[in-house]
Amino acid sequence: MNKKQKNVLFRIIVSTVLIISVSVLCELVELPVFVKVICYLVPYFVIGYDILKKAWKGILNRQVFDENFLMAVATIGAVLLGEFKEGVAVMLFYQIGELFQSCAVGKSRKSIAALMDIRPDYANVLVDGKLTKVEPDDVEIGTEIIVNPGERVPIDGVIVEGNTTLNTSALTGESVPREALLGDEVISGCINMTGTITVKTSKEFGDSTVAKILDLVENSSMKKSRSENFITRFAKYYTPAVCYGALALAVLPPVVNMLFGNGAQWQVWIIRALTFLVISCPCALVISIPLSFFGGIGCASANGILVKGSNYLEALADTKYIVFDKTGTLTKGVFEVSGQFAADGFTKEELLYYAAYAESGSSHPISLSLKNAFGRELNLENVRDITEIAGHGVSTVVDGKTVFAGNARLMEKEHIKITEQHDGGTVVYVAVDGVYAGCITISDVVKPASKNAIAKLKENGIKQTIMLTGDAKRTADKVAAEIGVDVVKSELLPADKVTEVENLLEMKGKKENLAFVGDGINDAPVLSRADIGIAMGALGSDAAIEAADIVLMDDNPEKISLAMKISVKTLGIVRQNIVLALVVKAVCLILGAFGIANMWIAIFADVGVMVLAVLNATRALRIKTA
Amino acid sequence: MKKTYKVEVDCANCAAKMEEAVKATKGVKDAVLSFMTLKLKVEFEEGAQPDEVMKEALANCKKVEDDCEIFL
Repeated sequence: MNKKQKNVLFRIIVSTVLIISVSVLCELVELPVFVKVICYLVPYFVIGYDILKKAWKGILNRQVFDENFLMAVATIGAVLLGEFKEGVAVMLFYQIGELFQSCAVGKSRKSIAALMDIRPDYANVLVDGKLTKVEPDDVEIGTEIIVNPGERVPIDGVIVEGNTTLNTSALTGESVPREALLGDEVISGCINMTGTITVKTSKEFGDSTVAKILDLVENSSMKKSRSENFITRFAKYYTPAVCYGALALAVLPPVVNMLFGNGAQWQVWIIRALTFLVISCPCALVISIPLSFFGGIGCASANGILVKGSNYLEALADTKYIVFDKTGTLTKGVFEVSGQFAADGFTKEELLYYAAYAESGSSHPISLSLKNAFGRELNLENVRDITEIAGHGVSTVVDGKTVFAGNARLMEKEHIKITEQHDGGTVVYVAVDGVYAGCITISDVVKPASKNAIAKLKENGIKQTIMLTGDAKRTADKVAAEIGVDVVKSELLPADKVTEVENLLEMKGKKENLAFVGDGINDAPVLSRADIGIAMGALGSDAAIEAADIVLMDDNPEKISLAMKISVKTLGIVRQNIVLALVVKAVCLILGAFGIANMWIAIFADVGVMVLAVLNATRALRIKTA
Repeated sequence: MKKTYKVEVDCANCAAKMEEAVKATKGVKDAVLSFMTLKLKVEFEEGAQPDEVMKEALANCKKVEDDCEIFL
C-alpha cells in the first residue's frame, strides 16, 4: 500500500468507529435533530472531504458529471432527506470500494512488473584496482565488467576471462542453462550461474538486449487493441447518454405527475436519478480491458514470447494461415551429416574418415559439418597435396592414398562409377585410389520440435500451414513431408516470398489473419507485409526485434501455438469482462430507474463490478502454459 | 519529436480523460497514455517547445481530473 492508500485506510477505520459510536449513542439517548446531524457530519467529513473538494473543483472546471460529483450529490441529498446514517455509509462504502480497486490494480501492476523484472541494478567495474558497483547506464563500450555467480549480466559483451553457465530463462522461458566459454558473446539479462566471468562490453546499456526488451514490453500497452478502441469510443457516447438519461429521469416523471394532478414526488425521482448516475461510471470497462491485455502480454514475456502491442495479441487469436520460412525456422539452419552410404569394401567410419580428411583444408559449412560428424581431432600430418577443383570438389592424398571428394561431376571427370544418391540436400561422393568408397549426404536438419509444433497449430484451428523456401523442390518436399506442413513452395527467390505472401493475403477471408514466421534474417519485407510477423531465435538479433510484431526469444517453433493459446485465453477474459460489466450495469440501471435498486446496489454496480473485472483480468497473468 | 513522461492518476476512466486533454493541447500531435504502466507518450508538432506544451497539457489535465500529475 502506498501513502495515499494508507491515508484512506486510516480514514475508513476512524469513520467506521465514529459512525458506529454515533448510531449506538442515538439508540441509547434521545438527541435533538441538530445534534444528531452534527454527530453524523463528523464521520461524513472525515471520510468524504476529499470527494467533496474534488466535486467542487469539478464544478469550477465545468467537468460536472464525474464520480465525485455524483457521490457528493447523492450523499448530501440523503442527509438533507433525513437519512443521515445512510448518507455517511454510502460515502464510506464508496471509499472502501475505491481503496480495494486501487490496491487490486497496484498489485497486478506489481506482479506484471515482477514477471518482467530483468533490469540489472548495477555493473561491477574495476576502478583503481577496487571492484565498484556502478550504474549500468554509466558503463562505456569496451569496459571490462565482472559478473559473479548469481548476478545478472548487465550489458551485452564478450567473455574475456573465465567460463560459466548462464540461465537465460528470464529472456527465453527456457530452463536449460547455456554454456558460455571464453570468447563467447553474452547477452544482458541472463543470470550467471556457476563461475565468475569478466566481460568486455560491446554495447551501451541503452542498446543492450535487456534495455531493448524492457522498452518493447513497456511500450506494448501503448499500441491499443481493437477492443480497447471500441470501449473508448463507446465510453465517449455512453457517458453523456447516461447523464441525459438521468436528467430525464429526475425531471420528466415528476412533471408528468404534476400534469396529471398527482404529487410531483421530486425527492423520489431525484434519488433514482442519482442512483442511476452512480451505477453508470464506465471505469470497470475502461480499466479491465487494457489490464487483461497487459496480463496476457506479461504472461507471454515470461515464456520468452515478446508481443509488441495488444493489437497483435488480439490479431493472433484470429490467425488461420501460418507461413513459415524453412531455413532457421523449421530447420536448424545448420548443415549436418544426415546420411552415410558406404560402397562395398568400405565401412561408414572409413568413408567419413576419408571425407573429413579430404575436406580438412576448407572452412566451407559442408567441410565443417563433415569434421563435426567425424568428431575427433584431425591429424593434419596425414594429409598432403590438397587441391581444390573449383565447382567439383577436392583432390588430396590421405595416408598415402589419393582421395577425391566432391560432386557427381568430379567423379565423372575422374571416370569413377558411382551409385547416385537422391536423398535431398548436398551429396559428397568419395573415391579412394580410384575406387568408389560411397557418399555422404549433408542437409539442413529439421528441428526436433517442428513436427509437434505444426500438429499443435492444427489442433488450435489453423486452416493451412505453408512453407516457403529457396531450396530445390526435392529437398523441400522431403522436409515438408517429414514435418507435416500442408503446402510447400520451393525454389523461391527472396522477392518471390513477398509475392507468395501477398497472394495468400488476397485469398484469405476478411476476418482471417495470416502470420509469417521467419528468423529475421533477410525476411524483414515479408515480416512487415504479413498481418502478423513473427521472428524466432531473436535472442541477440536486433534486426529481428525491429522487424517483427511478435518475437520468440528462442528458436522453438512450438512457442507459436503457445502464443496463440495465450492470445485466445486473454481475449476470452476480455469478452467476459465486457459482458459482465455491461450486463450488470444494464440490469442495475433498469432496476435503478424503477426504484428497485437503491444506492447500495448502485455502489456495487460501480465499484464491485470493477473489482471483479480487475480480479478476472489478472487471471490473464496466470494462463497455464504447460 | 516524441517524449515519454511518468504520470500519476487513480482511475482508468480518468486516465482516458487525461489522454483526451493532452491530445487537445496545442502543439501536441498525438498522445497515448497507458494506465497500466502509468506512462504518457507524447508526439509533438514540429517546432513546438515540449516544456511549454507540457505545462499547458498538465493544466488541461488538471481541469478534467484534479487528482492527477505528470512528472515533467
